[in-house]
Amino acid sequence: MALVEARGVVKRFGDNTVLSGVNLDVDAHQVVALIGASGSGKSTLLRCVNGLEAMNDGTIRVDGRSVLQDDIKLNRLRRDVGIVFQGYNLFPHMSVIDNVTLGPRKVLKMSGKDAEERAHFLLDRIGLADKADAYPDRLSGGQQQRVAIVRAMAMRPKLLLLDEITSALDPELVNEVLEMVTELAYEGMTMLLATHEMAFARDVAHKVCFLHKGQILEEGPPSEIFSAPSHERTAEFLRRTLEAGNL
Amino acid sequence: MVTPAVATSPAYGRAPQRARILSYTALAIAVVGGVVAAVRSQQTNNGFLAFFCLSLPLAIGALLYGRHAETQVVDVDGDEADEAVARSARRIAVAAIATSAALTLGLTVWSAWNGLQDVGDTFFSWKNIRASFPDVVDGFWLNIQIFIIAEILVLGWGLLVATMRRTPGRAAAPLRWFAIVYVDVFRGLPAIVTIYLVGFGLPLTSLPVVSNPDLSIDFGPFHLDQLACLGILALTLVYGAYVAEVYRSGIESIHWSQDAAARGIGLSRGQSLRFVVVPQAIRRVVPPLMNDFIGLQKDTALLNVLGVLEGFNIARIYAGNSFNLSAVTGLGICFLVITIPMTRFADFLVARDQKRLQAGSG
Repeated sequence: MALVEARGVVKRFGDNTVLSGVNLDVDAHQVVALIGASGSGKSTLLRCVNGLEAMNDGTIRVDGRSVLQDDIKLNRLRRDVGIVFQGYNLFPHMSVIDNVTLGPRKVLKMSGKDAEERAHFLLDRIGLADKADAYPDRLSGGQQQRVAIVRAMAMRPKLLLLDEITSALDPELVNEVLEMVTELAYEGMTMLLATHEMAFARDVAHKVCFLHKGQILEEGPPSEIFSAPSHERTAEFLRRTLEAGNL
Repeated sequence: MVTPAVATSPAYGRAPQRARILSYTALAIAVVGGVVAAVRSQQTNNGFLAFFCLSLPLAIGALLYGRHAETQVVDVDGDEADEAVARSARRIAVAAIATSAALTLGLTVWSAWNGLQDVGDTFFSWKNIRASFPDVVDGFWLNIQIFIIAEILVLGWGLLVATMRRTPGRAAAPLRWFAIVYVDVFRGLPAIVTIYLVGFGLPLTSLPVVSNPDLSIDFGPFHLDQLACLGILALTLVYGAYVAEVYRSGIESIHWSQDAAARGIGLSRGQSLRFVVVPQAIRRVVPPLMNDFIGLQKDTALLNVLGVLEGFNIARIYAGNSFNLSAVTGLGICFLVITIPMTRFADFLVARDQKRLQAGSG
């Protein structure tokens, strides 16, 4: 059974249909990349998976749990599903260590000492141990985003959602974040990510899904999608991305 | 147009020189007019008025013209000597303005000297202030007790109302409506009306606690009778409405992505509010919150309509008995001693927060 099973997911914002019947499977330890133009519904799909957006129709199951708009069930589900946003969204009034330990302490009810030990361990691994007591606005964008990933990982999630996490970064800071994600992939973290970084999707993802106007037009291993796309629109999207220098 | 001395006349002509003449004239009129007016002001105000009408506008005109002339010279990279002339014209004009203003102020004070002495006697009679001050301070201590307790209650009550108003779901609709109606009513009523109604009205009802004449607060330094307690209740109702709105604006100013991030790591709606949204909101609303607190502190004086023997009431009694308002001035000083440091403290909190958020510790 797949870790994530989305069936016929429909999402509308007013008259605007953003997702029109999406089916998607993500297996455990798999990295799935969603690609597609802006507005194709990548982010919305991610946000539906952890219930930050309510679906209009369809079902999503994560690890056997249905994603329903029920507060208590969603709170439980989100323990297992981490999410990292384009804009980092660290809590500016808390130091790095407090950002990372808030979830484990309040949601997993870990003791402050255990939570901090784990946070220090994670921060140490990404070379940010010396920033533990700093406040987010003293960090570079790349450092903030890596802390945001650590904050999600501190919950020991079964699934990590990454929502265009390098789009807001200066080009020279993109790599430090992507390297970290690559490492997580090697360690077997299940990830569903929306991205504009085609080279990264090609190197790291096990499966690539091309979204167009709220539907998955084509999916398959990156070798297939990037070298021999079967759908004309996929080919056109890749050609335009190539021209823009993103491949 | 016979100016043979200047072979190639610059575009600005003799504007700098004219500006300098104008400013000297303004300065001269200011000084001469001031002296004349000073000599005559004991008999009539006319000279003083004429002086004011002439010298100040002229000096301002000279300043503007001097600026204009200097701009023109600089625009065409004109003669440096002309530039210096225009600059000195401006300086003299500024001196003329300062002289006019100072003389006007001085003459006003002088001609109103007798009246001002009355002001001193009425408001600042040292004898009266000294005689009344111990009792006034005693009464003011009641104001302090009242606003300390009211502020603590307002902080909690306001947050509760703000939270009520933001409670989601259909079941919570009555809570939201209660919050909206409450805020509308108590922000709309004059504070003194609420105080009057609560203070005189509730004891006439058979409501528990508030109608009990033995209602009092008695712990530590706090000693408050029923009227003072009802006064606290009234002030809490009035300022709770303001502070609820302050909290609400603060909560709404926190970008929704912060809530999304908090919910994303599994925090419940309430936890997100408590650990992520409200702490940031409160930091943002410290200055307006302090403003409302200062308002509340001042409005404790309104409780005199209930007959509470707070500082203003006592000062008023003194003033009535001595036909002199200085006792009330003494009370005013008491208030300023509290409220001015309070505003400085608010500034300090904001600055400290700013600094801490930017302090990168290694």
